[in-house]
Amino acid sequence: MSTLPAAPPAGATAGAAARPRAPAPYANPYLAGIGLGLVLLAAYVLMGRGLGASAAPSTLVAWLMDLVAPAHTRANEFYQGYLEGGIGHPLKTWIMFEVLGVMVGGFLSGILAGRLTRTVERGLRITAMARLALAFAGGALMGFGSKLARGCTSGQALTGGAVLNLGSWAFMMMVFAGAYALAWAMRRQWR
Amino acid sequence: MMAPLFKFGAFGDEFSLVVAFLLGIGFGFALERAGFGSARKLTSQFYLNDMAVFKVMFTAIVTAMLGIFYLSWAGFMDLSLVYLEPTHIWPMIVGGLVLGFGFIVGGYCPGTSLVAMVTGRLDGLVFLLGVFVGILVFGEAYPLLEGFYEAGALGTVTLPQALHLPYGLVVLLVVLMAIGGFAGASWLERRFAPPREEV
Repeated sequence: MSTLPAAPPAGATAGAAARPRAPAPYANPYLAGIGLGLVLLAAYVLMGRGLGASAAPSTLVAWLMDLVAPAHTRANEFYQGYLEGGIGHPLKTWIMFEVLGVMVGGFLSGILAGRLTRTVERGLRITAMARLALAFAGGALMGFGSKLARGCTSGQALTGGAVLNLGSWAFMMMVFAGAYALAWAMRRQWR
Repeated sequence: MMAPLFKFGAFGDEFSLVVAFLLGIGFGFALERAGFGSARKLTSQFYLNDMAVFKVMFTAIVTAMLGIFYLSWAGFMDLSLVYLEPTHIWPMIVGGLVLGFGFIVGGYCPGTSLVAMVTGRLDGLVFLLGVFVGILVFGEAYPLLEGFYEAGALGTVTLPQALHLPYGLVVLLVVLMAIGGFAGASWLERRFAPPREEV
């Protein structure tokens, strides 16, 4: 019933080879990290900025709010910042194009590795509905937190981390602290 | 000095969007390769049995950090033209904590939820919808939060500046810390390895 892909590396080789459409194992973390680091370095060399993610949904939210309630939205400095960032159109921003690329790149890697699976990722002791409810709640926390912190794990931790930005390092420590703090309470969702 | 190329006028705004798209492809590809389109893989970090999140993230940071350091040391890149987000220490600390809660509750971060979504994870899509709502709540509450959002402003400040140490020395310390961290992470993985066959 559960269509969860086998969590990879250790000792997954023997049984996996026998199954016909077994997904390829994930990359070695250090190799994947070097690849990711080179993409980040390329962003710095080409653009003078790093990578990001949360600015894309923020731009979309600001744009949608502007459609629904322009006066209200334009009186708000937070939305205003995202409405002004585009090249000719609020949605025509660097991060929007980067995020479109993230979706394409993720899809390509997934399909090449045979890892496209329609599923709800969860542990054995939680229903799909409960998992989706928690995914939504976690997403909302993440959205809120990323705006408070002026960036998420991509735009703040990774990007600022590589240029030794003080705030980014403080942020990164707190992300790990926050996640470890609730790990025990959340264990039924994942294990 | 040649880099950052965009800052030296090597290409314009329109082409920068093509660059953005291509870099995004590399970013998404690397995330998926690492297994970061999977919430269970990501959250294993917090149960100590698979520290790939730490390993991938710090390898990436060290790789990019060394590249930036050597390129600017060799005079190819002007570090002063690289964007540095000004530090607002209190909202960054609290925001990081809230984001960490969201990570273990929801299983992703905004970037990885995109990869999860495009590789078929419904929970990735739902997480992303949550991100939109969280941003909307922040936006609507912004007039109330503005004071705190601007609190603890330290300007653009790097670790070397804060610690009063040379840039190169901090680079070396981060590398040593990462190597020590990788060894520790691998030790924890062995120590907390679960019986794998429950899946």
